[in-house]
Amino acid sequence: MKSMKFLTATALSGALGMVGAVGLPAAAAQAEDLTLCWAAWDPANALVELSKQFEEESGHTMNFEFVPWPNFADRMLNELNSGGQLCDLLIGDSQWIGGGAEAGHYVKLNDFFDAEGISMDDFAPATVYAYSTWPKGSENFYALPAMGDANGWFYRKDWFEREDIRAAYLAETGEELREPQTQRELLQIAQFFQEREIDGQTRYGAAIFTERGSEGITMGATGALYAWGFQYESEPGSYQMDGVVNSAAAVEALEFYKELYETATPPGYTDSYMGESLDAFKSGQVAMAMNWFAFFPGLYADPDIGGDTIDFFVNPPQEVEASTLGGQGISVVAYSEKQDAALEYIKWFAQPDIQAQWWELGGYSAHNSVLNDPGFVDSQPFAGDFLEAMANVQDFWQEPTYAELLLAMQRRLHDYVVADQGTAQEALDLLVEDWTEVFEDEGKL
Amino acid sequence: MADSTMDRVAQATPPKVAHKIKGLSDRAIAWIFVGPTIFLLLAINIFPLIWTINLSFTNFRANRPNREVDYVGLRNYERILTDSDIWMTMQATAHFLFWTIALQVVIGFALAYLINKKFKGNDLWTTIIVLPMMLSPAVVGNFWTFLYQPQIGVFNYIISFFTGADPSSFEMIGSVTLAPWAIIIVDTWMWTPFVMLICLAGLRSIPDYIYEAAEIDRASKFRQFWTITVPMVLPFLMLAVLFRGIENFKMFDLVVQLTGGGPGTVTELTSINLKREAFEKWRTGYASAYAIILFVTVFGLASIYVKALNKVKER
Repeated sequence: MKSMKFLTATALSGALGMVGAVGLPAAAAQAEDLTLCWAAWDPANALVELSKQFEEESGHTMNFEFVPWPNFADRMLNELNSGGQLCDLLIGDSQWIGGGAEAGHYVKLNDFFDAEGISMDDFAPATVYAYSTWPKGSENFYALPAMGDANGWFYRKDWFEREDIRAAYLAETGEELREPQTQRELLQIAQFFQEREIDGQTRYGAAIFTERGSEGITMGATGALYAWGFQYESEPGSYQMDGVVNSAAAVEALEFYKELYETATPPGYTDSYMGESLDAFKSGQVAMAMNWFAFFPGLYADPDIGGDTIDFFVNPPQEVEASTLGGQGISVVAYSEKQDAALEYIKWFAQPDIQAQWWELGGYSAHNSVLNDPGFVDSQPFAGDFLEAMANVQDFWQEPTYAELLLAMQRRLHDYVVADQGTAQEALDLLVEDWTEVFEDEGKL
Repeated sequence: MADSTMDRVAQATPPKVAHKIKGLSDRAIAWIFVGPTIFLLLAINIFPLIWTINLSFTNFRANRPNREVDYVGLRNYERILTDSDIWMTMQATAHFLFWTIALQVVIGFALAYLINKKFKGNDLWTTIIVLPMMLSPAVVGNFWTFLYQPQIGVFNYIISFFTGADPSSFEMIGSVTLAPWAIIIVDTWMWTPFVMLICLAGLRSIPDYIYEAAEIDRASKFRQFWTITVPMVLPFLMLAVLFRGIENFKMFDLVVQLTGGGPGTVTELTSINLKREAFEKWRTGYASAYAIILFVTVFGLASIYVKALNKVKER
């Protein structure tokens, strides 16, 4: 009897196994466990929410690997350089696109876009140029614009509207207190608030980026440099930097940033980036702060400092209108074994209705259908500023050697602005020397 | 050398054990036992060293494996040795080493001398003093970053209490002149107990009869200290200096947490600079040459020091 039961069980198991062998692999081939890698910040949470819809529609499971910003580049570039298979999809910084394309980390998406009818003309040109193409401006696409972003400003609207503060500002400067229209006006306002007592507490002018370790001070100072018309080379692709990077206008802009740091920031802001800027503003220390647009939805929704308390403005111009580019494109990692499913995600993400939901959830869509919607500007208090910023964004070098170029700039700027060593002219001259050496090693000079 | 070692191993192998494994000579059995260790040593110590030396003559970049690798001769070494920025990091490292070791030796020895005296609760005090070295450097770095904060940091308030200065008027980790001292203070706080423990071991190893003989000879306490205590503790102190010197030469985590090498490059020690070259700029060939130069420097200095230490021990 026992042996009969055993035989029956074995036969059933075999039969089930046969059914499984025929039926299950078909389902398994469709359902994949995808991992999407990005930085740990507000928009990443919005993407998790958005991706639930993809899971429902496709049957794939989405996993997320989010790394804090200070470690993001180290962690992800190590992963790519080692040919790691952790990430199937990567939302990588715009500066990585050159290295990602040349080292073969990213899948080239042209054929996929053609086959699926995804047109790059549907996305804002600045984001396609910055997040997707290598060489720059070519028709080679390695990413789909995923998260449009730029460096902007926000301020204590409630303080700016208070009669006593407005009167004091008028008395001191002879001007009305308003959203700054130029970099110089921004400095003047920040200096007005510096160490001013408001509601019994000492307040300060502005929280700016001065961080040394990753990219902070470069992203902050370029906000001023670009506004003075800073360029990286005399002609695109020439790598001729002398007289351009260290031009008189660039020197003036850098001196301005140092003055802003020295006369209008809270004590101890020698190594501050995104987190410190948010902390300074949320704790009521500063009247104004710079940060990426990506944080603005969260700031506006904040019960303590959001709503009517806060307002936003685009990086003020000086000689020209310009903002520092942030944001990222989404790429398929070449080492992934689930590239088909990953491409499915990109196809899904590129749909106009998904892009509209992305914006609603707090992500910054770069899709024209969202940006050109008549209701977009009024959809959020920062939406108009975002559009304005994205029309004039400039990005750092996107060369494969961007890390060397970035570290050199971090060092020279921090030496001058924070450590007070040498002059602005010397700092930029040395930067030209550093960058020349890098491009010489690359054989580009 | 290997042969004589093998012969000794073979001779030491009990004949009964060797004869149990048929067809294998004593020498073969010795190789079976010693071989894996030698293999591991070669694989994880010697091969990487040779490979690093090889890479140091190239322009290889680990993040660009598809790029053609050229042998550049001694160019990497030449660039490093003539780079004023690297010499500045060397200077910063030397400054850090000198002051941390000097302060830790003086304070560590003083604490050990006091703790060595028999008094009520000295075990409790020893435990309290030793606590900082049990903490993780990353935690200590984070913790002291808050202490040094000009607006809310306790450190600034303590200094202000004694000097009358405005607490927010000076920045320990943001000032070019104070940042190196900020790190020296934290490292001294954290590692002086280690020196103290070594000195304490030295002090407790001195037999009481030597002091009793000195008392009989009517030697003063000061003379006893200089002619008995100091010479007998000196080898222990030198050992502590060796340990702390090697540790602080490769100091990384604490400094990264506290200042990140800044402001500017004032506190960028060689280990941080090397990490930037190797794993941020990805100049692997260049960084290999840099690592070899540092290795030779530390190895050379340590060898000279160990010879001096042995001479002191022989006296």
